[in-house]
Amino acid sequence: MPTEVKVMDAHEMRRALTRIAHEILERNKGAENLVLVGILRRGAPLAHRLSRLIEQIEGTAVPVGELDITLYRDDYRTHAVSDIGATHIPVDITDKKVVLVDEVIYTGRTVRAAITALMDLGRPACVQLAVLIDRGHRELPIRPDYVGKNLPTARQEFVEVRLEELHGEDSVCIRKPDEER
Amino acid sequence: MLTDLITLRETEPEDIRLLLDTAQSFKEILERPVKKVPTLRGRQVVTLFYEASTRTRVSFENAAKIMSADTTSVAAASSSVQKGESLLDTARNLRAMRIDCLVMRHPQSGAAHLVAQALDIPVVNAGDGMHEHPTQALLDMLTIRQHKGRLEGLTVAIVGDITHSRVARSNLWGLTKMGAKVRFVAPATLLPRDVHRLPVEVYTDLREGIEGADVVMALRLQQERMERGLLPSLREYSQRWGVNAKALEVTKPDCIVMHPGPMNRGVEIADDVADSGRSVILEQVTNGVAIRMAVLYHLLGGEASA
Repeated sequence: MPTEVKVMDAHEMRRALTRIAHEILERNKGAENLVLVGILRRGAPLAHRLSRLIEQIEGTAVPVGELDITLYRDDYRTHAVSDIGATHIPVDITDKKVVLVDEVIYTGRTVRAAITALMDLGRPACVQLAVLIDRGHRELPIRPDYVGKNLPTARQEFVEVRLEELHGEDSVCIRKPDEER
Repeated sequence: MLTDLITLRETEPEDIRLLLDTAQSFKEILERPVKKVPTLRGRQVVTLFYEASTRTRVSFENAAKIMSADTTSVAAASSSVQKGESLLDTARNLRAMRIDCLVMRHPQSGAAHLVAQALDIPVVNAGDGMHEHPTQALLDMLTIRQHKGRLEGLTVAIVGDITHSRVARSNLWGLTKMGAKVRFVAPATLLPRDVHRLPVEVYTDLREGIEGADVVMALRLQQERMERGLLPSLREYSQRWGVNAKALEVTKPDCIVMHPGPMNRGVEIADDVADSGRSVILEQVTNGVAIRMAVLYHLLGGEASA
């Protein structure tokens, strides 16, 4: 019997994303020049949701891109990933305000890779970072600008974000290490 | 887990699918203004070619460079091979320079397999004699999949000099594993003696052979074959087995035409086909770079698990 603790349900997720959408608009004084870039896989649906929320609030559509960071990871030599997605960003990001979107920030290494990947595609005016969950334990000097929920965790624990678009439900759970399959 | 890429006959269908999917994702990188990702930084890839090549060698080298690997190319014609060094000694010496991957082409069938057994690094077969040319077949399959959305259930007619074609053999194994039906279409003198033991339908008449096909793949007619009396004349060959617009009337209406290059225009393929909307020949070349990126990515990654 796995002890999974649910720390966020669909309602809480919706509220957190709505707040982040407002914060993005507040910080950037509107939606002008913004591009949302979701890190594959789970950041991508979140970026699309934020874009819809911003459109509801502001009436302006914000372009959404998807970024695969596999080729920029720093652990290729030990863990080559098989499931590689394709990067697709519909606009030139040069001089745009890019908001990177991911579901969880942990060591910061994914975000480091994502920033390097973005820089190969253009020269954004600035890069900001939105995450649904900040679980701590950073290994690099990277900090998110927008956080859905701060979640203190142990390194051995596993944070699983399930999304309607990918898994059929919206939830965030913490799994204990001894319950890992 | 892939360790070398020598034949498609011995490659698992799930590995073929993995390479095709990866290459499809990598294609986007080729459209960028800056074609460079850092993945293979610090890795050394050597191309060792004992036979002429433009496409394959440049394609492998570009793929490696886009992935940030360093590349060195060795042409046997201008190397110590001329001083009588054996293939295995050459390969071992290159490895002693701490290279990380060897891409090789050799006129002897089985040469890549021999080298792969002797070296502790990934070896990629870029063509061995009349045996296999796995990356060519993978790029062909990727091109077909992009146009048809699938491989399963398709009919692919390979036309021309089957006997001497490693491209035909690799495509036969790869396509069959992915659920496509393969036909060999050629004059009887250009069909391998053991063809009836292969999982393929054989035709000696072009129209019958390409009737209802989803894909027609024309092979290069190696002109030196003529001298051995396998063919009456180029003219007769192109009349009976050359792929032209008229012949293609019997295929499926959306049939695509492929050629692994280099083409003999007017011999195995007519201009009215090579330059038509049905021709996907240049797409094959672009896909070749993406396929070779995918091959290098999967062969050189994950040392701990290999």
